[in-house]
Amino acid sequence: MTNPAAIRVNGQDEPLAVATLADLLAGRGVTEATRGVAVALNGAVVPRRRWPDTALTPGDFLDIVRPIQGG
Amino acid sequence: MTTAFSQDDALTIAGRSFGSRLFLGTAGYPNQRVMLDALAASGTELATVAIRRISLDGYSESLVDVLAQASGGRIRLLPNTAGCLTAREAVLTAQLSREALDTPWIKLEVIGDRDLLYPDVEELLRATEELVNDGFVVLPYCNDDPVTCRKLADLGAAAVMPLGAYIGSGQGIRNPHAIETICARSPVPVVLDAGIGTASDAALAMELGCSAVLLNTAVSKARDPARMAAAMRDAVAAGRAAHQAGRMPVRAFAEPSSPQLGLIGG
Repeated sequence: MTNPAAIRVNGQDEPLAVATLADLLAGRGVTEATRGVAVALNGAVVPRRRWPDTALTPGDFLDIVRPIQGG
Repeated sequence: MTTAFSQDDALTIAGRSFGSRLFLGTAGYPNQRVMLDALAASGTELATVAIRRISLDGYSESLVDVLAQASGGRIRLLPNTAGCLTAREAVLTAQLSREALDTPWIKLEVIGDRDLLYPDVEELLRATEELVNDGFVVLPYCNDDPVTCRKLADLGAAAVMPLGAYIGSGQGIRNPHAIETICARSPVPVVLDAGIGTASDAALAMELGCSAVLLNTAVSKARDPARMAAAMRDAVAAGRAAHQAGRMPVRAFAEPSSPQLGLIGG
């Protein structure tokens, strides 16, 4: 990771410009009321009620997922 | 179909009752309209979905909402762990799916070979144990192997889902004797998963004693998916009825159907 203040979101590095997970998701149009989205921070699921008080720090990696067509 | 029979023949898995014994995948349809038509024609009450990292840019209509709206809540979702190669990946995917879809149900796939999409039994058993202990309703996709199926049931799997043939191959049921043996010995429902190519394959699965059939490509890649979905619905019902009716014994030689008395010229 070249930028020391970067985080990795779904495999892509990006600058860390927000304080909390809820802020990051809000920037992508996702709120606690959005159905069908789940997030793991550093390999552990963060329940949606905890998004607002989950602080992000440089080097974190996030998986943001949702259901798609599957068999 | 004789509804008088089917009504008292509901399938129960982990305390949930299903009127339809056909579970259907949602992948690979030409478009969403065709998928929804096929789901409706199939009569299914359980549809599989995958869980993926996905760009949220332009995130609009969610598949969850589309399916809920189209089916009036009749179709529940069964998330899968397709594409996972290790127990660790599969467990995290299951935990994410539980959070995303608010369901503890999981179709557990742990793949050991990307070309064959064959289960990795060691990882599958490990993931099953971990997820059962974490409160999941685990439906593992597994080999058509009676020992593996027994181990999965012993670990607390809610059903076992042996493959009929490779995923997406449409080869049908390659080892009917193994499937029949698994069905005869399994303490939990057996769902034939993968390999179904056409309606007769689905009927055979049910005749062999399977409790349900899970399929996707046979419908999504049919020339007319909705019509094939209806054919699968009828095949599953017919195969189930035949299994319950008890088939006649197979004989090596002819056995006349007509009476042998009063033959002309006899």
